[in-house]
Amino acid sequence: MQGEPQVINRPLGRLLTRASGKLVHPDAQVINLGDRFFYTLTRGLAFCVIFLVILLVLDLFRGSWEAIRQFGLKFLVGTTWDPVARQFGTLPTIVGTIVKAFIALLLAVPISIGSAIFISFYTPKWLRPVISYPIELLAGIPSIIFGLWGLFVMVPVIRVLQVWLKANFGWFPLFNGPAVYGVGVLAGSAILAIMITPIIAAISRDILLTVPRTQIEGMLALGATKWEAIWKVALPYARTGLLGAVILGLGRAIGETMAVTMVGGNSFDLIHSLFDPVHSMASQIASEFAEATYSLYVSSLIYVGLVLFGITIIISLLAQLLLWRLSKGRIAILE
Amino acid sequence: MSKEGYAVEGRQRDIDFHLPGNQPEMTPDETRLRVEELRAYYGKSLAVNNVTLSIKTKKVTAIIGPSGCGKSTFIRCLNRMHEVTPGARVEGKVLLDGGDLYGSGIDPVEVRRRVGMVFQKPNPFPTMSIYDNVAAGFKLNGSRDRRIIEDKVEKSLKMAALWEEVRSDLHKPGTSLSGGQQQRLCIARALAVDPEVLLMDEPCSALDPIATAKIEELIHELKDSVTIVIVTHNMQQAARVSDYTAFFYLGELVEFGATGDIFTTPEKRQTEDYITGRFG
Repeated sequence: MQGEPQVINRPLGRLLTRASGKLVHPDAQVINLGDRFFYTLTRGLAFCVIFLVILLVLDLFRGSWEAIRQFGLKFLVGTTWDPVARQFGTLPTIVGTIVKAFIALLLAVPISIGSAIFISFYTPKWLRPVISYPIELLAGIPSIIFGLWGLFVMVPVIRVLQVWLKANFGWFPLFNGPAVYGVGVLAGSAILAIMITPIIAAISRDILLTVPRTQIEGMLALGATKWEAIWKVALPYARTGLLGAVILGLGRAIGETMAVTMVGGNSFDLIHSLFDPVHSMASQIASEFAEATYSLYVSSLIYVGLVLFGITIIISLLAQLLLWRLSKGRIAILE
Repeated sequence: MSKEGYAVEGRQRDIDFHLPGNQPEMTPDETRLRVEELRAYYGKSLAVNNVTLSIKTKKVTAIIGPSGCGKSTFIRCLNRMHEVTPGARVEGKVLLDGGDLYGSGIDPVEVRRRVGMVFQKPNPFPTMSIYDNVAAGFKLNGSRDRRIIEDKVEKSLKMAALWEEVRSDLHKPGTSLSGGQQQRLCIARALAVDPEVLLMDEPCSALDPIATAKIEELIHELKDSVTIVIVTHNMQQAARVSDYTAFFYLGELVEFGATGDIFTTPEKRQTEDYITGRFG
C-alpha cells in the first residue's frame, strides 16, 4: 500500500496539470484535499461494485449448496424436473435457453446490422434521428409488454406459420413438432429477436458511425461501389465493436425472463423440434420460486441461477477471447 | 491578406497561354485531362470557382496555394470524389481523353478506376494484410486467378518502391508498416488498378523528410507510366517534382504554367507574393 498512491496518482496529476493550465511537472504530487476526497470516493465506489459481484457469487453458491451436494454436476445433464419426486435436472432448460437465444440472434443480427448500415451510410444526417429514435424507443419498452403483445398478436400468427410448415415440410425433423400450440421455441426466439434487435441496431449504428471517412473513401477511390466499400472496409473495420453489440444482445436474450415466460411454453421436456414448448432458465426460476415449498426445491432453483450466471460468464469470456483474436495485429491504426 | 486585396478582375483566363505547347522550343504535350469552367460547392458555399486548365499526359502537375484555397477540393473533383461528401456538388466539365467525367450515364465507380487517388494521411485498411491491401482494388473487377493477383501485387509494390522492404512480410497487416511505407502501400494499392491518372492529395504532409524524399523519388519514376496531379502546400516540393504548376487562391486558379516559369517569372503579383513567402 505504501508505493501504491504514487502509481495511481500519476495520471491524476497529469490531468490536473491540463485542467488547471498550469505548468506542473506530471510527477509532482500536487493534489489538494478535494481531489484526494474524490479519488478516495470513486475508488471506494469502484470497490463496492467488485464487492457486490463477489457477494452475489458467494450467495449463489451458498443458496444452491444443498442442491449441489445432492445432484452435483449431474444436475446439468439430468432431464427430469420433478418436484414431487424430489428429482431435479435442468438439461432441457439449459438447451431451451441457449437454442432460443441463438435462434433469436440468427433472426436479429441481419435485421439490426442491416438497419445500422442503412442509418450510418445511406441516411442523410437530418433523417438519422427520425429513423433511430423509434429504434431506441423500442429498446426501452418493458419486457412484459413484449410478452403481452407476443401472446395475443404474435403467437396466433406463429401458430398459422407452424401448421403450414408442418403440413408442407413436416419431413424436416425441426418442423415435426406440436405445431398447434403456437407457444414454444419458435415463438420464444421470435419475441427475443424483436427485443434484442433495437439494442444491437443502436449500438451497431454508433460503432459504424465511428468508421473514418478516409477508410471508406480509400476504397471508393479504388473504384469500389458504395456497397463494396461498406462490405469490405467499413464492416471489417468495425468488426470488434459489432461483435460486442451482438454479444450484448445475446446476453439479454439469455437472461430475458418475462416475455419468454409468456410465449415460450414452459415445458420441462427436452426439445426435439422448433415447435416444442420449453422453459428458459430465467423464466423457470421466476415462475416456480413462489411454489418452491421445501429447501431442496429452492436450492435447485438457485442452482439454476448459478448455472445461468456461469453461462453468461462463459459467453462473455468467449467474446473477450474472440475480440482479442480479432484485434490481434491491429497495431496503431492511422486514421 | 484580405479577399479584396487579391480580388482579380472578372475574367475568362486564357491559361494555355503559359503552356510549353505554345512555345516553339518545346514539343507540345498531349492533354490527358481538360478541366473546363469547374465550380465545386459545399452546400451553398463555393469552394472552387470557374477553373479551366489542361493536365498533360505523363507529366506531374502540382497544385499549390494556401490552406483553404480549394486545391484539395479541386482534385477531388477530378475523380468524382467531391460528390461523396454530403451536400457537395460540381458544375462544369472534366474531360478525360475528351470524354466528360460528369457526362450523363457516366458511372463514378468507373471514373475512379481510371483516375486513382492517394490521400493526405496514409489509409491502409487495418484489417487487411499488405498483400490484401494492394489486391483490394484490383480484385474488385480484375481476375480471380491467384497467380495473376500475385503478379499484380508484386508489380504494383515494385512500382511503388516498396517490394524489397515488404516481400517477406506480405501477410502482415498493412498498418504494421511505418508511415512512409504505409503511404507507398497506398500508392501501390492505387497503381494496382492501372489508373491513367493518379491524384495525390498532399501525400507527404503526414510524413517525415526521409519518407517524403522517397515519395518524391517515386513520383519521378512513376511519371513515365502515369499522369500525376499532386496537391502540396510545400512549394519546394512542387518545384522539385512537377512539370507544371497551378497556383490557387481563394478558390480561383490564379496562374498556371510550366513549373520553371511559375517559380522564376510568375505573371501575377499574387503568385509571386505566395512563392516568395509573403503570405500563405
